Amino acid sequence: MVPDLTSEFLSQPEGVRRPDRRRVVDAAGVKISVAEWGDEQAPALLLAHGGFDFAETLNRFAPMLADGGYRVVSWDQRGHGESAWAHLYSWEADIRDAASVLATLPDEPLPFIGHSKGGSMVMHLANVAPHRVSALVNLDGLPSGNNMPDVSELERTRMQRDEMDRWLAHRRTLSDKQRKPGTVQELAERRGRMNPRLTTEWLQYLVQVGARQEADGWRWKLDPTMRMGGFGPWRPEWSMLRLPGLGVPMLGVMGLEIEVMGWGSRPSDVEPYLPPGAQFEGLEGVGHFVHIEQPRLVADLILEFLS
Amino acid sequence: MSPVNSESPASSDTIWVRHNRIDLAIHHLTNGYDPTHRPLLLLHGLGERTPDEVPPNVRWPGPVYGLDFTGHGQSTIPVGGGYTSEILVGDVDASLEELGEVTILGRGLGAYIGLLIAAARPQQVMGVVMSDGPGLVGGGIHPGSPSVPFPAPWASNTPDPFALLELARDVRPPDYAQTYVRFVLESSKLEKALMVCAVARPEWLLAVAAEPGVGQGTVDEALQFYAGL
Repeated sequence: MVPDLTSEFLSQPEGVRRPDRRRVVDAAGVKISVAEWGDEQAPALLLAHGGFDFAETLNRFAPMLADGGYRVVSWDQRGHGESAWAHLYSWEADIRDAASVLATLPDEPLPFIGHSKGGSMVMHLANVAPHRVSALVNLDGLPSGNNMPDVSELERTRMQRDEMDRWLAHRRTLSDKQRKPGTVQELAERRGRMNPRLTTEWLQYLVQVGARQEADGWRWKLDPTMRMGGFGPWRPEWSMLRLPGLGVPMLGVMGLEIEVMGWGSRPSDVEPYLPPGAQFEGLEGVGHFVHIEQPRLVADLILEFLS
Repeated sequence: MSPVNSESPASSDTIWVRHNRIDLAIHHLTNGYDPTHRPLLLLHGLGERTPDEVPPNVRWPGPVYGLDFTGHGQSTIPVGGGYTSEILVGDVDASLEELGEVTILGRGLGAYIGLLIAAARPQQVMGVVMSDGPGLVGGGIHPGSPSVPFPAPWASNTPDPFALLELARDVRPPDYAQTYVRFVLESSKLEKALMVCAVARPEWLLAVAAEPGVGQGTVDEALQFYAGL
């Protein structure tokens, strides 16, 4: 069930629609909340949100795809939105949760779409289950191996060490950690620092669908023990090497405005890895959240591509 | 010959430390003949747990503790997996908060984790003995063909089958391991802060052993070296 909002919406951007349905998938014991838009009998497509987002950040974009004739199936990743907070978080666990959602859908191959981390996830999932994917759409989620071309090897090593120190320091502070409460405006303002191109109206709306009101204020429904980054051996090229062998049509959409939540990739970083026949669109004047800044444009690109 | 641990009665006290949502069991196996000596911390291999007693080949003058990693032994079994080596480094870090300065004897996976924590806490980790054991190889030097591991329905609860699946796929590029060796060597006050004693040498461990300043020998030689510091 979609939770009722008891308070009046401070802002309700035009065209937003909360999920038409919610259901819970048990992913090896972790309760994953699935959000769907559109006719349940329509052909399904899988839509993955980015890190520290949640399915309801798609409340404007997903209905456009649904109105284009699809059953849009998204989910809150573990620790995000309505899904359970987990003991542990990892890339593999996120992929397994995604596969658990996929396993609840009809057997026919279907389009996979993902933004940012979600884009990289569905790229991985397409490699895991080539028999389940009919097309792949990546929205500003192609990592670059050349994010720091001006950084020396020595400095890179120092950064690796700092990242490990910060990660362990974070782990030591986790017991009983809570998100900082605030008013709708304060949470919107905080999120705005990481998403400077999104409007205040949109950010305030997100608070009301993505945060919970408690006695001392609103808190984002995001597990406070999750952290961006982390230390580990992962290399961007490992993700990119999943691309050239893709056996289905692919559409890549990249916002050309570099910003803090983005991955700093340029079209020239990505083009050598594109599978034969891939369609690639670089959007001038658009940032990392291509589907939020330009939902109509991006939805139309996708609907056209899928047709 | 140095005195052996059997000279003092074994103690099986368990200390509990918290790492986020996981309760970790640290087993106090013995005080040794010199309870004031720096402790030895045993890190078990993948799928193992702290042994009930100090293993016969482990001679150490002071206290000996063993940590059960997340999902192993008496420590909490998380729901739904999500294991990484980095999480286990956090387990050891939580243990160091309790134990202070230690020497580490790691088996297999525990040897790899020992390397990483020595890099993170060079002032507290007075030597790591890297020995053979389950999980030494890891998941190779780059990711293999992707798949989604689900445990077999007949899998046991302890160790957590997700730990066995996920940590066996943990990727260990040699240059990544080497970077941590250099962190250790730059910051540790020891002449040889790492001792490679494993007979099996996967790529990451060959790279570690090849670094100048990393010692090699038997487990006993390595332990006596660190015990004498």
